[in-house]
Amino acid sequence: MAMFATGTAAETLAQSAPMGPPRSLWADARARFFRNRAAVASLIVLGLVAAFALFGPLVARHSIETIDWAILGNVDEAGGPCFLSGPDNEIPPCSDSGHYFGTDAQARDLFARTVQGTQISLMVGVVGALIAVVVGTLYGAISGYFGGRLDNVMMRIVDILMSIPYMFVLILLLVVFGRSILMLFVGIGLISWLDMARIARGQTLSLREKEFVEAAIATGVHPFRIILRHIVPNLLGVVIVYATLLVPSMIIYESFISFLGLGVQEPLTSWGALINEGADQMRQGLWMLLVPLFFFVVSLFSFFFLGDGLRDALDPKDR
Amino acid sequence: MFAYILRRLLLAIPVLLILVVVTFALMYAAPGSPFASERAVPAAVIANIERAYGLDRPFIVQIGSYIWNVVVHFDFGPSFQYRDQDVNDLIEQGFPVTLTYGFWSFVVAVIVGGALGIAAAIRHNTWLDYLAVGVSIGAQVLPNFVLAPILVLVFTLWLGWLPGGGWQGGQIEYVILPVIALSTSFMASIARIARASMLEVMTSNFIRTARAKGLPGRTIVFRHALKPALLPVLSYLGPAFVGMITGSVVIDLYFSTGGIGQFFVASALNRDYGVMMGITVLLGALTILFNLVVDILYAWIDPKIRY
Repeated sequence: MAMFATGTAAETLAQSAPMGPPRSLWADARARFFRNRAAVASLIVLGLVAAFALFGPLVARHSIETIDWAILGNVDEAGGPCFLSGPDNEIPPCSDSGHYFGTDAQARDLFARTVQGTQISLMVGVVGALIAVVVGTLYGAISGYFGGRLDNVMMRIVDILMSIPYMFVLILLLVVFGRSILMLFVGIGLISWLDMARIARGQTLSLREKEFVEAAIATGVHPFRIILRHIVPNLLGVVIVYATLLVPSMIIYESFISFLGLGVQEPLTSWGALINEGADQMRQGLWMLLVPLFFFVVSLFSFFFLGDGLRDALDPKDR
Repeated sequence: MFAYILRRLLLAIPVLLILVVVTFALMYAAPGSPFASERAVPAAVIANIERAYGLDRPFIVQIGSYIWNVVVHFDFGPSFQYRDQDVNDLIEQGFPVTLTYGFWSFVVAVIVGGALGIAAAIRHNTWLDYLAVGVSIGAQVLPNFVLAPILVLVFTLWLGWLPGGGWQGGQIEYVILPVIALSTSFMASIARIARASMLEVMTSNFIRTARAKGLPGRTIVFRHALKPALLPVLSYLGPAFVGMITGSVVIDLYFSTGGIGQFFVASALNRDYGVMMGITVLLGALTILFNLVVDILYAWIDPKIRY
């Protein structure tokens, strides 16, 4: 990681290179990343899922809560995805119904609901990871930079928070303060930064011994300025990698809670809530389980591969 | 060693206290009375009920007597919703169930995961290795609440081999699906950790020395490589335990096994603070105790740790 800051070393390297303009470490990382096919494919898939969440509402022909009375009461037979429509079933053709993914058990459009669920799940993942990045990085950098007793106390706090079965506390929080998306964000944000703080601290411990930090101290830079200007930028590589790997675990947390019926509330939905509803209905309408499951599995896979690709590209130690 | 155990024990007590105080404060701060309902109940009646449950006393007195009852009498207090039940009844009813499938899940995850990881490392870059890596990647995106419906779909609806729910006193066919659903993702993590650390150990100098001495492969793996390779697995057992306790909620809910998680979700849905609090404290205490045991084991096995 120190390579990002040691400008001199990078310059000599660039001068000794036979041709071409000097390449920055970020350009190097980018080149490494784009050589990794699985990671690039994952990035494309995630782009598609994001586009689905963003532009899906424009494509959907129904709102998430309108009940299709023509189908209600006969969901098992007529509620399937409309592209399966044919002479041997009762599913109305797409031009009629517009239920691209079929309907759920209450005859609401599953396409619209999946779009909306994808929005919430992705948002939870990204917001959770963002909180982790901001809080965790600063917390870890401060703890690692100052060291000594402060470090001891700050890390003990993290230890204590980590040894609590947080999911139960989170559910408690949701019950006490009402089940809302905002509360879900607060709860997930409360726990998401712990791992990040540990990672950032570990990196900071070695960074603070570097010459450029010593130089900054010698020229009388304020400690907090050193942390923000010199430590944090050098943590970025590791932070980005772990943030990418945090997104899927945040999505899993949210889906877990929504699966239990304690997360997002009707008529809003998320992947976990949709999987839960689908699991209840799989005897009658398998598509209700398979559609959200597909989005869940594909997106999570992509996030993990993307994280791996970023780690290979940004973390020179692991290569 | 003894001093180390004592110090860890002393650290565990404040953690547990913090957990109790935080959960209790949350309950205390909750807006509205836990006994408020849709029916318009006169305020005097609610005040009377609250007095009967001791909720009118000051915060310090309430939490003090709660902790006293839990520690001295192992009494988690009454349920706020069902007059004929207290939290101890629910724990007595649900805990053996949770413990049964939880125990088997843990055993399966550790033994299968460990064996798979070690075998994959020894047979590096063979089909076994690829299988282990494939399984552990696949299981990452199949958390228990996703795996459970898939298992029921395949083994109950399509194949008809196993029942899709119920407990029946823990007959084997009712235990299999919950155990698979709960253990798979942890099995995969353990396999991944064991494989990575075994690969590292197998290239280290002392293994090369053992090879140079002409020791048979079996002795090298079992006598020399296994212990250091399994240390990272040991340190993962703490988080795995927390994950399994959390996951048991899904298992209980989905398979209707009647374990402790079912009561937790039910109490969360009807705001039964007494039950939620009791279960959170009990499971929190278990988690902290388990982490303590793992830490002590680790310090005992790993000579590099000084205490």
